[in-house]
Amino acid sequence: MRQTRSIEISTGLFIILGFCALFFLATQTTNIQAYGDTGGYDVTATFTNVGGLKVRAPVTMAGVSVGRVTSIRLDPQTFNAVVTMRIGNKFNQIPDDSGAAILTSGLLGEQYIGLSPGGSETFLKNGSKIQQTQSAIILENLIGQFLFNKASSGGK
Amino acid sequence: MGLLRELYYILLGFLQGLGACWLFLFRILRYTPAALLRWRIIWQQIYSVGAMSLVLIMVSGFFVGMVMGLQGYNTLSKFAATSALGTLVALSLLRELGPVVTALLFAGRAGTALTSEIGLMRATEQIAGMEMMAVDPVRRVVVPRFLAGAVSVPLLTMIFSAVGILGGFVIGVSFMGVDSGAFWSQMRVNVDLWDDVVGGFIKSIVFGGACSLLAVYEGYYSHPTAEGVSRATTRTVVNSALAVLVLDYLLTAFMIHGV
Repeated sequence: MRQTRSIEISTGLFIILGFCALFFLATQTTNIQAYGDTGGYDVTATFTNVGGLKVRAPVTMAGVSVGRVTSIRLDPQTFNAVVTMRIGNKFNQIPDDSGAAILTSGLLGEQYIGLSPGGSETFLKNGSKIQQTQSAIILENLIGQFLFNKASSGGK
Repeated sequence: MGLLRELYYILLGFLQGLGACWLFLFRILRYTPAALLRWRIIWQQIYSVGAMSLVLIMVSGFFVGMVMGLQGYNTLSKFAATSALGTLVALSLLRELGPVVTALLFAGRAGTALTSEIGLMRATEQIAGMEMMAVDPVRRVVVPRFLAGAVSVPLLTMIFSAVGILGGFVIGVSFMGVDSGAFWSQMRVNVDLWDDVVGGFIKSIVFGGACSLLAVYEGYYSHPTAEGVSRATTRTVVNSALAVLVLDYLLTAFMIHGV
C-alpha cells in the first residue's frame, strides 16, 4: 500500500512537471502578449504594393509597437492592396492625417508598418482610413531604376 | 514472377496489419470510457510508462539542446547572426526534434516494455486466464496501457523541448558568449504560440497515440512463445520508428500548407 502511494505521488509529480514545461514553452518562448490585447480598433490603408508584408506583422509608431496587421486583401476595382490593422485601445490619440509606410527591419528583416504622426486635431477611430501611404520598396525596381539612370546619363 | 508474388504477399500482409491495427484502435476506444472510471490503474501505468522515462528524456533533451547550441553557434557565427541562436534552438526543438526524438525514445524505452509485458502475459496464459474469469483483457490490460502511453508522450515531449532549450541556453550563453537578452528576445519574437508550440504538441499527441497503439497491438497479437515475444518487441520499435517518421512528414506538410 505504501509503495502504491509513492508510485501515485510520483505520477502526479510527473504530470505536473509536464504541464509546467508546457506552460514554460507557451509563456517564455513565445510572444504570447501579442494575443492578449484583442481590444482595439481597426484602421485600413491602401498601398499600391505591400511587398512582403504578412498578416500579424507589427504596426509601429516611433519604433514602438502599437498594433498588428489583421488582413491584407486586393481591391478588385483599383487593384491596390487594402491592409487592415488593429491598433490597441491604449493608442487612441493618433491624428487621423497620420501616414503609413511599409518598412523593413534591417536589410533582410521582416516588413512592418510604420506610422508617422500628422498634425490633425481629430483622431483615428474604428473604420478610419489612412490617406497618406508609402508602399514597400521593392529592391528589384530600385536596382532597375538605378541601372536605367546610369545608362541614360552614360549616353549623354 | 516469384519476386512479384513475394511483393504481392508483402503488400497484402502490410494492408492486413494496418487494418487489424485500426480495428484494434476502435476496440480500445470503445472501452476507454469504462477504463477512465478505474483511473487508478491508468495512473499506475503512467508511472511505469511516463515517469520512469523521465530521466532518459531529460538527459537526452539536455544533450540535444547542447548539441544544437554548439552546431548552431558554429554555423551562425559565419553569418554574424549568433543572436538568432535562441530562435534556431527553440524552433528546431519545438517543431521537429522534440516530438520526433521523444517518440523514438519512448518507443525504445516504454513501447518495448509494453509489448513484452503483454506478450508474456499471453505466453504465460494470463490473458487466457482473464478470459476464463470473464474479465476482458483488452479492457483490463490493454486500454490502461494505451491511455497511459498516449497521455505520457505529449508531456514528455514538452519536458524534452523545455530542457533542450535550457541546454541550448547553457551552451550558447554561458560557454559561447551569446547575449542572454538577445537569445530570449529573438526567440520570443520568432516563436509562435499556435504554429510552433501548439503544432508540436499536436504532433506529440499523434505520435503518442501511434506508438502506444503499435506497442499494445504487437504485444496482444504476439505468438505465445519466447521467440514470438522477442519478434513482437522488435516489430514495435521498427514499426513505431517508421510510423513516427511518416506521420511527421504528413503532419508537417499539412501544417505548413495550412499556415
